[in-house]
Amino acid sequence: MATHAAHAHAHAHTHTVKRYKGLMDWLTTVDHKKIGILYLLAGFIFFLVGGLEAILIRIQLMKPMNDFVAADTFNELLTMHGTTMIFLAAMPMLFALMNAVIPLQIGARDVAFPFLNALGFWTFFFGGLLLNISWFTGTVPDAGWTSYVPLAGPTYNGTHGVDYYVIGLQIAGIGTLLGGINFMATIINMRAPGMSFMRMPMFTWAIFITSVLIVFAFPVLTVGLVAIMFDRLFQANFFEVGGGGNGVLWEHIFWVFGHPEVYILILPAFGVISEVVATFARKRLFGYSSMVFAIVLIAFLGFMVWAHHMFTTGLGPVANALFSIATMLIAVPTGVKIFNWLFTLWGGSIKFTTANLFAVGFIPTFVLGGVTGVMLASAPADYQYHDSYFVVAHFHYVIVGGLILGIFAGLHYWWPKMFGRMLNEGLGKLTFWTFFTGFHLTFFVQHFLGLLGMPRRVWTYLPNQGFETMNLISSIGAFLMGIGTIVFVVNVIIAWAKPRNAAADAWEDGRTLEWSIPSPPPEYNFKQIPLVRGLDAWWKEKMDGKTAMTPAEPLGPIHMPSPSILPLIMSIGLFIAGFGFMYQNHWVAAGGILVTFVCMFLRSVYDDHGFHIDPEEEEVQA
Amino acid sequence: MKRILPLLAGMALLLSACGRADLSTLDPQGPVAQKQFDLMKISISIMTLVVVVVFAICVYVLVRFRRRKGDKTIPKQVEGNHKLEIIWTVIPLVLLLILGVPTIQSVFGMATDYSKDKNAIQVKVTSHLYWWEFEYPQYGVTTAQELVVPTGKKISFELVSADVKHAFWIPSIGGKMDTNPGSSNRMYLEFPKEGVYRGKCAELCGPSHALMDFKAKSVSPESFDRWIAAMKAPASMPADPKLAETFRSKCLACHAVGDQGTNGAPNLTGIGGRQTIAGILYNSDVVADPQPEDKTTVENLKEWITDPQKVKPGNQMPSAADNQLTPEEIDGIAKYLAGYKLDY
Repeated sequence: MATHAAHAHAHAHTHTVKRYKGLMDWLTTVDHKKIGILYLLAGFIFFLVGGLEAILIRIQLMKPMNDFVAADTFNELLTMHGTTMIFLAAMPMLFALMNAVIPLQIGARDVAFPFLNALGFWTFFFGGLLLNISWFTGTVPDAGWTSYVPLAGPTYNGTHGVDYYVIGLQIAGIGTLLGGINFMATIINMRAPGMSFMRMPMFTWAIFITSVLIVFAFPVLTVGLVAIMFDRLFQANFFEVGGGGNGVLWEHIFWVFGHPEVYILILPAFGVISEVVATFARKRLFGYSSMVFAIVLIAFLGFMVWAHHMFTTGLGPVANALFSIATMLIAVPTGVKIFNWLFTLWGGSIKFTTANLFAVGFIPTFVLGGVTGVMLASAPADYQYHDSYFVVAHFHYVIVGGLILGIFAGLHYWWPKMFGRMLNEGLGKLTFWTFFTGFHLTFFVQHFLGLLGMPRRVWTYLPNQGFETMNLISSIGAFLMGIGTIVFVVNVIIAWAKPRNAAADAWEDGRTLEWSIPSPPPEYNFKQIPLVRGLDAWWKEKMDGKTAMTPAEPLGPIHMPSPSILPLIMSIGLFIAGFGFMYQNHWVAAGGILVTFVCMFLRSVYDDHGFHIDPEEEEVQA
Repeated sequence: MKRILPLLAGMALLLSACGRADLSTLDPQGPVAQKQFDLMKISISIMTLVVVVVFAICVYVLVRFRRRKGDKTIPKQVEGNHKLEIIWTVIPLVLLLILGVPTIQSVFGMATDYSKDKNAIQVKVTSHLYWWEFEYPQYGVTTAQELVVPTGKKISFELVSADVKHAFWIPSIGGKMDTNPGSSNRMYLEFPKEGVYRGKCAELCGPSHALMDFKAKSVSPESFDRWIAAMKAPASMPADPKLAETFRSKCLACHAVGDQGTNGAPNLTGIGGRQTIAGILYNSDVVADPQPEDKTTVENLKEWITDPQKVKPGNQMPSAADNQLTPEEIDGIAKYLAGYKLDY
């Protein structure tokens, strides 16, 4: 933990820690800024993989009775698309923003547990790698991202496909849980002096509540995955009907995790939008306290509504009625947020940068996804919508139209802070318009496909059912989204070649602490921890005519955590053990676990005192 | 509101014009689907109102408050507004109440149990890897792929799965219900009009999930009684004794016709009168609106018997080669089955 410099002063220069360069630097880093970049890189690569899967799906559905891919391949594609996009693309890209921004926003030098942070990244990475290796071993998960049993159980899914899902997600899930714990601890303990909870930036609030959701929801997935793993590998009978198990139990477990997961995905986007909209309207967030309250309420209600994914499972009218009403209630705090954003813009001076385009594009799009959510909440009507393309349209509106637009807004907004380089605005706007148009083209018509009777997860459809035209439109939209994504990649590559010349307050109207330090920030973030005097700490200082934050501590050597290769090796151990379990080679499994345990042992017995940086010495050298 | 109402009515009209009458949820053909459609209309109307208000504010704000070139002014930093915040908390609550009350009413209404009702027709639906079994316990009759029901009666369904989870859905008649292995669900539907409606499997169940269609045929009560009688009549076997023996040993090991065979695979009694073979191959000589690509019942049967995996990947039916059927036998069986029609 990055403790206060004054305390560590006596120990300064007493420990020498090996500093790495180049690739080894990235493999051993525990710096939240670099881990954020690693998350972004890995998450974005998985985003491209999941996007390619989506394109293949849309090519197959372009015309009726198409045979572009085979039926079983299609089920693999839809399973891997959903699993990849949610667990390996969306979540890591959120973790990228969390890592890049949160410590800076709260005036901290790093997260609470830097070692754990690195471990979280590497477990996610190797879990995702394991899942995707299934494409090369020929047995790919094919039971949907929800992996309902018995279809995903050993009786009807005898190959290793679903094993990759179970073990890959289990390993990646460790990373997510560690991240949740870490950011919860960071935000509670490491805020700069003066930053009370009600002075935290809205993005920090969103991540704080997201972390709480992760800490409560992910263990449920862990337990569920252990149970299904025991069913599959050790012939347990948790979900095997033939052996006295219950398949509906898995549905409950999955959605008790799965519904909060939806809010784990969308709350950070809410946070991003709040920051971007306020910055580019040059106005403080309208109704800050009600925004905080709305987030907390959404998170709380998010745990009470899981059975709305199971209205047709046969839970009976009492459960369906209660879960209908609970679900509808979520619309109220969500509506509060929408109106607060609109009234943040109201009376502002709105600048349409790419980041802001994504943010203001998010608002109406998310409203469309939200209202179909309320429609779905009405259980009797849901008997018609459920598992039809209407649902596909709905959740893509909230996940792509909500979360992905939010991530794009956040990436364009914080790119200069993360990399010290500005993205090109022209290309950025091109990305927005192609992606945004493509998105609505793809998913708007899908509402109607569902209402006309097209079930979801269908490999193909018969002609003459009124599905042809809209499926074609949908596929064309998907290509447009693909083009938008490619333009973004081009933009990133071009920016890479440019000099690092982004200003500290890159958008000039920055409000929060991250804009008070250089872009990118030095390794220790803040030469002196700042004193926070109100909400929008940096804006407040600027309005008072200051050009820098008031420091809350004297200048001195800064304690830093040491880099370590152990997180990488620990994760490789789990990765190897995963294959051992899957292919029933218990020696390999034990070997992999042993590697992880040895790393844990080494980490426990060797004290890591970290090292110190003297910012003034560094400046003199530079 | 006065201006929006006709707009909404127009939209509802537009929606109801969409899709096939025997498939679309927007063109309900029975009271259950009608009630669900009514709920959809209420929710779509409320939600359209919300969307219109939000979009209007959004567009106004973005146009009115865009930054002019070189504008360096700092707008007033507004903290919030209690009155506004209360308004946009209370109005949604009221809107939800308007939707919530009929929701609760319908949830309980649709869960009415007609399993003990003597006037209701009981049907046990069993889903299998890619086909549907319909059993009529009151009559001791079993059929497959084409559900036959009388008009004007409550049809009380008991739904269960023989293998993985599926979902039973006849969009134009009523919403879906999952078929779970190991425990049964209940629902009821009504078919006021005679006709054939398209049914779908709505839960991912494997490679041929997309192809697991079935038909629901509603007929007059008299016709239904004749159908039951015809189903209970002794099987009509192929006239050629050699073919009859082949059919008995090869097909009836899993299938059934009339009083012959077993119900491990779809019951074939009266298959020649069904609209489709395997649920998806439409019989041009049976359906009312044959499409150019549709083939005759005999051709469809031959295609299916020869290589079922090609039609429905992952299904359990052995191919003609596995069954050691000669082309003549395939031809004979296809012709016999295509001619096996029930008079009702």
